[in-house]
Amino acid sequence: MTVIRYNDQLIQLDAEQSVLDALNSHGASIPFSCRSGICQSCLMQAQEGTPPAEAQQGLKDSLKLQNYFLACVCHPHTDLSVTLPDANADQKLITATVNQLNLLNDEIMQVVLDCQTPFDYRAGQFINLHLDQTIARSYSLASVPQQDRYLHLHVRRLPDGQVSNWIHQTLKIGDEVAISTPLGNCFYTTGRTEQNLLLIGTGSGLAPLYGIIRDALNQGHRGKIYLFHGSRELAGLYLQQTLDQLSKQYSNFHYLPCISGQETANGYAKGRADNVAFQQITDLKNWRVFLCGHPEMVNSAKRKAFLAGASMQDIYLDAFHVKPV
Amino acid sequence: MSNQESLFEQLGGVAAVDAAVDIFYRKVLSDDRINVFFDGVDMDKQAAKQKAFLTMAFGGPHNYTGLDMRRGHAHLVERGLNDSHVDAVIENLGATLKELGVKDELIARVAAIAESTRDDVLGR
Repeated sequence: MTVIRYNDQLIQLDAEQSVLDALNSHGASIPFSCRSGICQSCLMQAQEGTPPAEAQQGLKDSLKLQNYFLACVCHPHTDLSVTLPDANADQKLITATVNQLNLLNDEIMQVVLDCQTPFDYRAGQFINLHLDQTIARSYSLASVPQQDRYLHLHVRRLPDGQVSNWIHQTLKIGDEVAISTPLGNCFYTTGRTEQNLLLIGTGSGLAPLYGIIRDALNQGHRGKIYLFHGSRELAGLYLQQTLDQLSKQYSNFHYLPCISGQETANGYAKGRADNVAFQQITDLKNWRVFLCGHPEMVNSAKRKAFLAGASMQDIYLDAFHVKPV
Repeated sequence: MSNQESLFEQLGGVAAVDAAVDIFYRKVLSDDRINVFFDGVDMDKQAAKQKAFLTMAFGGPHNYTGLDMRRGHAHLVERGLNDSHVDAVIENLGATLKELGVKDELIARVAAIAESTRDDVLGR
């Protein structure tokens, strides 16, 4: 008899019964609609155990890898411990020590964190960094677990940003900070190494993209990889030399920094990064797309990428929402 | 192909829905007669709804009710959704299937199922 653990409740699965029906018949209220494995309303995640492949059909690869599944068509033969996707929000915190603080440009600080406990993550995911028990902000991981010993964040200082100003002004090397476990689905998945990748980022939206690109190259990705990084001003861009170097090292990696304001500079495209990208690459059929940074850019670029032929399942997003003060 | 097969099976089942959903949604978003109704909606959620709709129109398993259709479109009816917009959606649906090489006879059956939701969609 298969047993499902949900919120400390142990529920036995009757023959033929789906995880959705078993949980809901025991008083859980898991959302659902089509009951046919199509609408994805009943998306859940297995924290322990592996969901059957047929319960993962149609999900993004990054969700499959994290054991997400559709409860309405999930008929497991082994025990599972399951949660709703949002349940990860209130989770245990981990202590990390500040190992380095490096200014990458006038407003972006690279924060290097040394995590004493094992920290299993994928480049491009994000963590919540806590100022105290109630105030935290999300920052994407620019480091790659196979290449970097420490965790790397790019923290942009916002005029009224409570946490970003604390990081820029107060935080010192050797300080201890509390961080969440890694979250999010915007990362590189192996397989389909010939697929072309388009990455568009604004501001510190470069952080996850920088991690994803190095991860893909490190894993032997062979398709073309195009990075468009944009900012209003030249001073808002960063890591140009490193990225230029990377494009010399890997012939399939192409990097184009973009400036949307009045300035012009040699080697920089003029215009918003997403506009420049979609002017240069018009057919995105079979491409994989990563969009990170300003929410407005992310949302409009998503629609454009889809209309240019990218499949919805191949579009990965990380929108940087700024919390009101 | 045996005559015993359901419409859903003849069309190719879940794989056909998967093949159709991106094409259909792209057509709808590119259609200036109706794309204003899709401004600002969450694309992933909308694609899932399109998938559920296509599954139903293809004669597949579904949990759709007339009431869902009414509730789901009431705010659009308030914004002026009318017969011409339903016509446009059904037209895009037919064009999607045509592009996938589906026979006219089957397209007509899919269109008829989609047509049967018209009054619920328009809240009549």
